[in-house]
Amino acid sequence: MAETTLSHVPPQMRPSGLRGVAADWSSDQRAFKNVSWGKAMMWVFLLSDTFVFGCFLIAYMTARMSTVEPWPNASEVFALHLFGRDLPLILIAIMTFVLISSSGTMAMAVNFAYRRDRKRTAILMLLTAVLGATFVGMQAFEWSKLIMEGVRPWGNPWGAAQFGSAFFMITGFHGTHVTIGVIFLLIVARKVARGDYDTDARGFFTSRRGNYESVEIMGLYWHFVDLVWVFIFAFFYLW
Amino acid sequence: MVEATGHRMGSSHGQEQPAAVAHTDSHQEHPIKLYLVVWVWLFILSACSYLVDYFQLQGMLRWSLIIIFMLLKAGLIVAIFMHMAWERLSLVYAILVPPLVVLVFVWIMTVESNYTLWTRMTFFGAAP
Repeated sequence: MAETTLSHVPPQMRPSGLRGVAADWSSDQRAFKNVSWGKAMMWVFLLSDTFVFGCFLIAYMTARMSTVEPWPNASEVFALHLFGRDLPLILIAIMTFVLISSSGTMAMAVNFAYRRDRKRTAILMLLTAVLGATFVGMQAFEWSKLIMEGVRPWGNPWGAAQFGSAFFMITGFHGTHVTIGVIFLLIVARKVARGDYDTDARGFFTSRRGNYESVEIMGLYWHFVDLVWVFIFAFFYLW
Repeated sequence: MVEATGHRMGSSHGQEQPAAVAHTDSHQEHPIKLYLVVWVWLFILSACSYLVDYFQLQGMLRWSLIIIFMLLKAGLIVAIFMHMAWERLSLVYAILVPPLVVLVFVWIMTVESNYTLWTRMTFFGAAP
């Protein structure tokens, strides 16, 4: 339970800018002066996750650049027949808006958590979870539609075989992240609603006392999932 | 967190700093309006990138618009929603600089895939 020593000099009295970077990192204590270990570790985890998704997207780029067969046109592949005409990419656009909305509700949940507004925080987190689950549901619909049309990891009716493997790998991994996020959102929302962070109740898994910062750390993860989707949307669906 | 502010290692003697330890944690309290504004902007930018596809813009215009909208959205999410704009520079650099190195990897794989494509066209007689 030992926290690393926080500096006793308040951060606003420390040097800022580049000089601050050198001073913080060389201070022989903790480098992140006003960030708890939980938050710092979530950031480090997200950084490593960035590399995972970076590798997926680079692998996709390599496959697409080096294939001699035409790459399937995402605009047509992901079109839906709605209102009597084909709307290109419409499902993906709706999924994007759903995920962005969930990010917005999450940001507001974090805000209310710091105001100790239990009810609003819990409701907004539940709303975030519902939007996230909606996103996963739409992704499941998209997967089954493509599988029925004959897309497989080893081939598809429209061109380069790597399209299927890249699609299932990238969106599958992202969907897994969303699913895990929804589960953790529900857990944290339950704790907030029950008042665990006000009564200093111990957690069921680590037996440690939590606090409202858990909501912000949860938020970091959730926004990251949204962030990854921004890149997937641009590189996989629009490119 | 706040409990850690109780640690006063090394300062037990010598300089006295009574109430300076008040608030070391970075609690982020911003008006809700800020989040709503960012939310609206994310909607607008997503709609713009969708319209790039809807109107089937092609060529350099397409790629540059996609990249610009993508970077603007990513920047808004990281800076405002993830509160990066209010963190100390040490954390910002520790998190944001390493992903930039991925660009080197992108460049390496670009060279590699150009070479692969060239060999496929040259030795397998396939035209793109």
